[in-house]
Amino acid sequence: MAKPKESAAAVDPAVFDGPDASGHFGPYGGVFVGETLIAAVEELAEVYEELSADKNFWTEYDSELKHYVGRPSPLYFAERLTDSAGGAKIYLKREDLNHTGAHKVNNTIGQALLAKHMGKTRIIAETGAGQHGVASATVAAKLGLECHVYMGAEDIIRQAPNVYRMKLLGANVISVESGSRTLKDAMNEALRDWATNVDNTYYIIGTVAGPHPYPKLVRDFQCVIGREAREQSLDQIGKLPDALVACVGGGSNAIGLFHPFLKDESVTMYGVEAGGHGLATGEHAAPLSSGCSPGVLHGNRTYLMSDEAGQVLETHSISAGLDYPGVGPEHSWLKDMKRVNYVDATDEEAMKAFHQLTRLEGIIPALESSHAVAYAMKLAKTLPREKNIVINLSGRGDKDIETVAKIEGIKL
Amino acid sequence: MSRINKIAEKAALANRKLLIPYLVAGDPNLETTSAIMHKLVGQGADIIELGIPFSDPSSDGPIIQRGVERALAKGTTLKQVLGLVAEFRKTDTNTGIVLMGYLNPIETMGYKAFAEAASSAGVDGVLTVDLPPMEADELNAMMRAVEVDTIFLVAPTTREERVASITEHCSGYLYYVSLKGVTGAALTDFGSVTTNINKLRERTQLPIVIGFGIKDAESAAAMGRLADGVIIGSALVEKIALLADQVEHESELLTDTIRVISEAREALDKLV
Repeated sequence: MAKPKESAAAVDPAVFDGPDASGHFGPYGGVFVGETLIAAVEELAEVYEELSADKNFWTEYDSELKHYVGRPSPLYFAERLTDSAGGAKIYLKREDLNHTGAHKVNNTIGQALLAKHMGKTRIIAETGAGQHGVASATVAAKLGLECHVYMGAEDIIRQAPNVYRMKLLGANVISVESGSRTLKDAMNEALRDWATNVDNTYYIIGTVAGPHPYPKLVRDFQCVIGREAREQSLDQIGKLPDALVACVGGGSNAIGLFHPFLKDESVTMYGVEAGGHGLATGEHAAPLSSGCSPGVLHGNRTYLMSDEAGQVLETHSISAGLDYPGVGPEHSWLKDMKRVNYVDATDEEAMKAFHQLTRLEGIIPALESSHAVAYAMKLAKTLPREKNIVINLSGRGDKDIETVAKIEGIKL
Repeated sequence: MSRINKIAEKAALANRKLLIPYLVAGDPNLETTSAIMHKLVGQGADIIELGIPFSDPSSDGPIIQRGVERALAKGTTLKQVLGLVAEFRKTDTNTGIVLMGYLNPIETMGYKAFAEAASSAGVDGVLTVDLPPMEADELNAMMRAVEVDTIFLVAPTTREERVASITEHCSGYLYYVSLKGVTGAALTDFGSVTTNINKLRERTQLPIVIGFGIKDAESAAAMGRLADGVIIGSALVEKIALLADQVEHESELLTDTIRVISEAREALDKLV
């Protein structure tokens, strides 16, 4: 386990105000897509800039979050989990209680409103675990938009219940057979669709990656998590939490929790990547904590798992939602700024935490979120009872029960 | 004056349209790519675009994706592609060679190392599909320093106000993407191509070549009429896909593989 570092000292808080006008967080981010898509991302950046300055847009967004998603989500003191860890108090930010079962819907609601304002009639999305696909299909159904979801053939097998859920919602799920047949290939295919159908199509990217303005706008939509958690901490604990812990695949739930606290120097942050079979085995999905170099994929520059010839590596994680070789560019910047500590939890640790939270609190977490729970329990042990840790419980585990049963040799 | 400039100038004087085949380096293996390159020159290719295989070719359609997968299955690397060019240059100093690919392999090698290696291998131009002009200053400066041309795309979606920044960064030739979509898609809207090429002519002196969707003599002629040259990629890669891993390089088979190129040459030459 990484030693908790001192929180960011001597860093100008303005470094956390990114991205700049061209979409850069320091050397990361930017716009790296083919010429056909440039006009589309520039238009989106302009529309978002205009709408995000408009109070009415946020009023509409907040209203959807309240009445449709069910926000605010509770900040829950996990007493038995705390006792079991035997240290700092652990709180759960209950994003698992959102409509559709994860934080993803905070973003799809926001982007669907953008699509509507832009007059687009067709929505496309990529999905790994299926949570973002479900959240996209959900808002498409609600707004009466045509929806196509690209999903790797491997993931379709791993996440069968979510595939059916998307179909029930009226979405067309397209199996992606190219490359490693997982999330990154689904994203390639979505980019190809977008280039082909750019006139009527809005591409809802599910995480804080992709070309500018996606990392910024997805973050802004997810920041509701951190804003609520900040207020709830002050209200329920009487002060800010000492540490925040969230899992990081692309990193949207983590940035959503972290961002509103970045300028609070007393708050230490941990982004937990998928350690897979262990960082030393190379079979993981942990570009930040395993010491990768920066590279360029899917429209942005960021830390990236690629080989010495620049080919993107296949990744491994027990959780499809973390199984991605890159990470949102703002996380790369926060790593360089040493504001967030990026660590990992292995498949095995995540599985153990999955069971612990389920048995101790009656909450079945998503396997993605289980990575955060695993690390937070280790962290809690090293801290006294008067310290407070907030975990972003980004999703619920209903979608994962088949995976868990299979690993444990149980036939459902 | 770069080799591409000379080729374009000579062609313009002779009223000859540029014919630019695209193939993936290492598909099905480097030896065969080399044999095909020489064959292409024999059939009238002026410049060859050599695809650098990349694991995530998000601007390419299924035909080129599969070509890339075949090349990657052989472990083809950017270094080997540069070696292929150096080998080609030993016997051919007239044909232009442009490397076309995605940024990550170049970024991984390092811009400076890549620029130097490309120049000494005899590469004439580089087209990085996912590197738009506003992100390209650093790589462009490195390539210009070693006198390698930097080629950029203009698409049907490109806004008027962006054209200046593209032509500023671009040298050698300007690549007009004929359609909204990925490589190998069907070209249907000839009207918009005509309008857009005419508009581009007012904005730049660069030779303009058209690519994406050109698949036979007929479409080559139609596009060649509008521009200074045409690029044919997927239609060639589709034929290369039929080659066995070990082919007799002198055989008639390769002549058949590149028939689309010889037919396009014939059709282009009839235009003038």
